[in-house]
Amino acid sequence: MTKTIVDLKRGQRGIIKSFSTENIPLKLLEMGCLPGNEVVLVQTAPFRDPLYLNINGSHLAIRKETAMHIEIEILP
Amino acid sequence: MAKQINVALIGNPNTGKTSVFNQLTGLNQQVGNYPGITVEKKEGICKLPRNIKAHILDLPGTYSLNASSLDENVVIELLLNKNDKDYPDVAVVVSDVENLKRNLLLFTQIKDLEIPAILVINMADRMKRRGISIDVAAMERELKTKVILVSARKRLGIDELKEQIANFRHISTEPCLHASSMDPDYFNRLRNAFPEQSLYKLWLVITQDVNFGNVNRNSFNIREDFVTKDESTLKRMQQKETILRYKFINDVLKKTVTVDANAAKGLRANLDKVLTHKVWGYVIFFNILLLIFQAIYDWSSYPMDFIDASFMKLSEITRGFMPPGPFTDLIAEGIIPGLGGIVIFIPQIAFLFLFISILEESGYMSRVVFLMDRTMRRFGLSGKSVVPLVSGTACAIPAVMASRNIEDWKERLITILVVPFTTCSARLPVYLIIIALVIPERSFMGLNLQGLTLMLLYMLGFGMAIFSAWVLHKILKIKSKSYFVIEMPNYKVPMLKNVGINVVEKTKAFVLGAGKIILAISIILWVLASYGPGDNFSNAREIVEAQNIEANLPDAELDEMVASYKLQHSYIGNIGKAIEPAVAPLGYDWKIGIAIVSSFAAREVFVGTLATIYSVGSDEEETIKARMASETNQILGGPLFTFASGISLLLFYAFAMQCMSTLAIVKRETNTWKWPMYQLVTMTAIAYLAALIAFQTLK
Repeated sequence: MTKTIVDLKRGQRGIIKSFSTENIPLKLLEMGCLPGNEVVLVQTAPFRDPLYLNINGSHLAIRKETAMHIEIEILP
Repeated sequence: MAKQINVALIGNPNTGKTSVFNQLTGLNQQVGNYPGITVEKKEGICKLPRNIKAHILDLPGTYSLNASSLDENVVIELLLNKNDKDYPDVAVVVSDVENLKRNLLLFTQIKDLEIPAILVINMADRMKRRGISIDVAAMERELKTKVILVSARKRLGIDELKEQIANFRHISTEPCLHASSMDPDYFNRLRNAFPEQSLYKLWLVITQDVNFGNVNRNSFNIREDFVTKDESTLKRMQQKETILRYKFINDVLKKTVTVDANAAKGLRANLDKVLTHKVWGYVIFFNILLLIFQAIYDWSSYPMDFIDASFMKLSEITRGFMPPGPFTDLIAEGIIPGLGGIVIFIPQIAFLFLFISILEESGYMSRVVFLMDRTMRRFGLSGKSVVPLVSGTACAIPAVMASRNIEDWKERLITILVVPFTTCSARLPVYLIIIALVIPERSFMGLNLQGLTLMLLYMLGFGMAIFSAWVLHKILKIKSKSYFVIEMPNYKVPMLKNVGINVVEKTKAFVLGAGKIILAISIILWVLASYGPGDNFSNAREIVEAQNIEANLPDAELDEMVASYKLQHSYIGNIGKAIEPAVAPLGYDWKIGIAIVSSFAAREVFVGTLATIYSVGSDEEETIKARMASETNQILGGPLFTFASGISLLLFYAFAMQCMSTLAIVKRETNTWKWPMYQLVTMTAIAYLAALIAFQTLK
């Protein structure tokens, strides 16, 4: 099963592999959310939504529904 | 005199761009609007070495030249249009040392436009603590520009920046990477079709909805020698471009920047653990709000009392020094009390802007957005609606504009529609004076009853905003492509200078804006109250004397009766009497009716209007509050301002849409009169019903 950012535990790291939707917002890419870059789950709000991430050194928060479409490989 | 150098400050949000701007210009700056739109335009003058002057334009923060909001459009339209009078001779791109990678994306795009661009790396004072070292000379070679390490906070590097701005002619305009390499064939055809234009400009026009010069989007659809591509292909090309740029940037940074990861343990993680905690995060946020409202009510009461008393004195002195006559009356009875009504709440506005500005500068506001997003979404809002709702407590106008960074149109529209329910500072003087009149000055469980009432009114405003958002969410059928990205900037101690300038500018703009309306209205009101139609007005003295011929009243009492009789038969008295049937069921008399009608220009006019009407009606100089307390209800008898009529009035002001400027802003932001009209009708209907029910059950 492919993992996505939603599957990360707090403090866990992963590498972005691909997107499962055509409509990934350009803004997210510009903030550094690109295949090959590292992502860390910093904090979650109640109900694990939104997610506070560190992507490629940029700190940002996105909603679960967007995070579901970002496929990753979880790093040990 | 030499020509001024036009400088544009460009950068990502949260890079300290405004601090750099403040350091360059000091108080030598002005804030206006771009023509036709409500994007804030900040510009200033900076003195450079060798007597050269620079005109500095602080452009809205943007992450890239791919615009997704009105603010970002401003940046692109300026950079594309060589004929604009503000077109920069040199661009200063401000970046943050901790987010260089992301910040450089925008920089490389600006370089591709062939505009001389200086790279400022701000917050350089943090490098040591974060274990970052930069090879500036190597970076200058790689990026083909001047790189300056700056700390706006500590005033480091500012002089070097000025020197480089003065020398802008020596800065290369060569692009640092060629975006055209992503599809050489396509870009070659583009170049052949428009040989005289910059290639990257053309690309931006193709992918964005902006115009420049005589090339616009449509010119690509009618040409035969150049066929562009469909939307989704273009979108994929934009993604490709972004990836390409990041590849270049990663390369540059690998060669020029080293980070010692061991040194990079920060305060940030620890603060985030507490401030975004599932429980403590909310507790802290609630306490901060509580502190703000307490402060506004408690701290500002001293300067406010002082201002109220001073304006009363001023009226008195004016009357003493100037010859009696209509002109003196106009000043002492119309203008001074009217202006007093606005000046009196400068302290509160300043406090509000102070707090909001500190919350934003420190980076805390983003944490609140993060915490609240999920909850707000349930009501059809976004976490980003928190910022408009909180700043709505200062003024709905900047609040409506602050909704711009909400990506989703439906969430944004709902935010705009409900923001005017939050208790803006214009309601404050109305609330304060009515609370002082009808709520006893006692303690309840250790809390000041008057302060508690005010707090309840704020909560009522928020509650109503949230409730109507939920209703709108259910009834509005708008398809939304909901996505949400927010940067979580690093925490910063707010810079005194930035906060100070912000408070001064915002308060000034507010007071001047409202002051103009109030001045105009108080003059009109005074004229309407001092003149009247027919014999009833011009022969007032004779009529009153005839009526009281047997009572043998002392002169002072007779004068009072004449003044009051005159007021009743003045133009405004006639208008007031005409609207009285509509407001009587709410517990108001015709004077309050007039105050409410004039409040539709702006709420804060209420106190000024009553002040003007009452001072025309009496000869004694008193505070506004004392005058209001002595008014009697002509129909029911007893004092006019009772608990019932007071609550009714509070509710009316809490819900009614009485602000022309807000309506105008909403029209601009939604691009139709439909939504502001909807606000005006619905909110005022709710207000009328609430006031009616309150008065009829409480009286």
